[in-house]
Amino acid sequence: MTRLRLADGTAPVLVVLVVLLAALAFAGPAYAEPSGYLALLKRAAPLVVLAVGQYFVVVSGGFDLSVGSLVTAEVVIAARLVDGDDANTSWVIALLLGFGLLVGLVNGLVTTKLLVPSFIVTLGMLLVLDGAVFLWTGGAPRGALSPSFRVAGRGGADVPLLGQVPWSVVVLLVVVGAAVWFMRGPTGRLLVAVGDNEKAVRLAGGRVDRLRLLAFVLSALLATVAAILLAGFAGVSAQVGQGLEFRAITAVVLGGVVLGGGRGSVVAAAAGAVTLEALFSLLNLLGVSGALESAVQGVIIIAAVAYAARGAALRRLFPRRRPTAKPSTVDRI
Amino acid sequence: MKRNWPVVALAGALALAGCSSDLPADTGTGGSSGPAKANAKSEFFDQTEFARQLRFRTAKATGLDGQDGTAGPWEQALEPELVDTAKYAKPGGGYHLCFSNASVDNPWRQVGFKTMQEEVKLHPEITKFTVLDAEAKDDKQISDIQSLASQGCSALVVSPNTTATLTPAVEAACATGVPVIVFDRGVKTSCPVTFIHPIGGFAFGADGAEFLKEKVAPGGKVLALRILPGVDVLEQRWAAADEVFSGSQVKVVGVEFTDGDAAKTKSIVNEYIQREGKIDGVWMDAGATAVAAVEAFQDAGVAIPPFVGEDQQDFLRIWADEGMTAVAPTYPTYQWRTPVIAALRVLGGRQVPREWVLPQPKVTQDTLKDFIKQDMPPLHYAMCGCEQMPGYPAPWK
Repeated sequence: MTRLRLADGTAPVLVVLVVLLAALAFAGPAYAEPSGYLALLKRAAPLVVLAVGQYFVVVSGGFDLSVGSLVTAEVVIAARLVDGDDANTSWVIALLLGFGLLVGLVNGLVTTKLLVPSFIVTLGMLLVLDGAVFLWTGGAPRGALSPSFRVAGRGGADVPLLGQVPWSVVVLLVVVGAAVWFMRGPTGRLLVAVGDNEKAVRLAGGRVDRLRLLAFVLSALLATVAAILLAGFAGVSAQVGQGLEFRAITAVVLGGVVLGGGRGSVVAAAAGAVTLEALFSLLNLLGVSGALESAVQGVIIIAAVAYAARGAALRRLFPRRRPTAKPSTVDRI
Repeated sequence: MKRNWPVVALAGALALAGCSSDLPADTGTGGSSGPAKANAKSEFFDQTEFARQLRFRTAKATGLDGQDGTAGPWEQALEPELVDTAKYAKPGGGYHLCFSNASVDNPWRQVGFKTMQEEVKLHPEITKFTVLDAEAKDDKQISDIQSLASQGCSALVVSPNTTATLTPAVEAACATGVPVIVFDRGVKTSCPVTFIHPIGGFAFGADGAEFLKEKVAPGGKVLALRILPGVDVLEQRWAAADEVFSGSQVKVVGVEFTDGDAAKTKSIVNEYIQREGKIDGVWMDAGATAVAAVEAFQDAGVAIPPFVGEDQQDFLRIWADEGMTAVAPTYPTYQWRTPVIAALRVLGGRQVPREWVLPQPKVTQDTLKDFIKQDMPPLHYAMCGCEQMPGYPAPWK
């Protein structure tokens, strides 16, 4: 009989998240009601979407450092092309998705075909996009977003008992749901396998390059979704995406996904993003300086690198036994 | 081991990527940030200059040639101490004007630079206008100024990226005998023939704080939003506001840095609304993220409290549309016209003020409607002194 159950590594981050949410209830009066948590999710939604995209890349053994710059580029492009006119909203969103697709393809193709390591490719893309945005804007964005463009990141629907449920929370749930569904399917499992043992997948006939490419494309498309949410939430800014790649990676790491690939769950990555946002909110409510946020992210990444190195050493000492039991029929998410 | 090296390399790459990003330049000054100061007030607050700037707010501005009635504010000066420029006189026109610009990396500098370019067009005697953009980097601006020294400039205009670091380069430029005009942020030397600026940061900060002191009830909670620590002009704004608030009964419940980022601003304000239950006033050292701050109140479904913004169109419009109680101190972009005018005066052998202090008006409820221009971009600064220039509004769109 098939049982639904959390994948390895998901439970710890969920426990931390629950603890943080409870702590928020004590620290701030607003968190006594659903609207406080919905506001938190609204702020966290872009990061969750980015973390899901980063998850696809990390779990398949890569890194995507270009998502922050891509978000900024998308917002700046949107402002310039929409220029405050609602009539331009639809085609500009389509164009943004196309641009995201293009960036993802370039990242993926250079990584897989030219065999350049993904963090170098995407670091390069980060710099390319930053430079292109600077060249195009002269340093400050021009134009304006339209109300209909901003509704996804800023507006919401009234729901009894909960109050206003932000559209970005709806988007968040849809993205996470779709990602869970994807990862439970054959392609998702292959993606994890690529990160775990690329050679084995090749020898088994899997198309490693296509899977890697798909991961980068998904990451870029989700960065585009995050850009639309952020543009709606905050309006036009030439700094909107700065540092988001670090936050996305920190969130993924916080969710227990192993850097280097092969292990981790998408729900944990999403929960990691919410946890990170909740942590920053709690620190803020306790009066801790916002400057600590970067330090917190740094500590988390260092801890993850140390953990990964230690884990690898342990696996060398105690190689896995050959399976002696019948394969498990348990489904994991 | 396969998994180890990508992880370690990632850490290195993250460090590399971290090095690649510069701090955003602040609105209105274009300076890069210095290290954060533990005690900002003791370092940046200057009682004498504070008092001087507050006095200037009500002083009478005069046109330099007795044209009080017709001079625009960019042609007026507060308590000018005039200096002779006969030694720089170059009759006949055909001038090559050079400009070393700190950066164009924020809307204030973009509006200002457009205004300067259009001012140059008004003067056919300027036959060549050379501009070098330092991209908010001190070392680039130093080399820019050195480069301009060998390009046959008739006069050199400098908007320094930072004060102390650019001083030696400016002194070297003065030594070449070319008249040097400094504006916006100053330098620590008296060799420029004139230093042009509106009243300054203390007056800017005090305008906003005094407004809140008047509009917020005793015991009311004020949130102060700042862009960056360590930038002298911005620090002066906060130092002045802090001085005013400390002599009032309003309670400053938070002083937060926004990095000039709208999303961060909105998150901070939302957090404070949740933490404090109610915010009774918002003070800002620059208005770039004022609309984001206002939207945080809108999105939280609570009344918008008295607000300090700046003269960007998006803030002025939301102020009017929402019927807000607000004030907009300005650091007028019309100051970018004055260096061109000063250069021509100097090359014509006419007097200029040693320190050319320009008027620094604020937008109030009474004057708000005069400054709203629905057809201009949302980030356009209203106090540009450009509406009557030929070609307006196309270059500023």
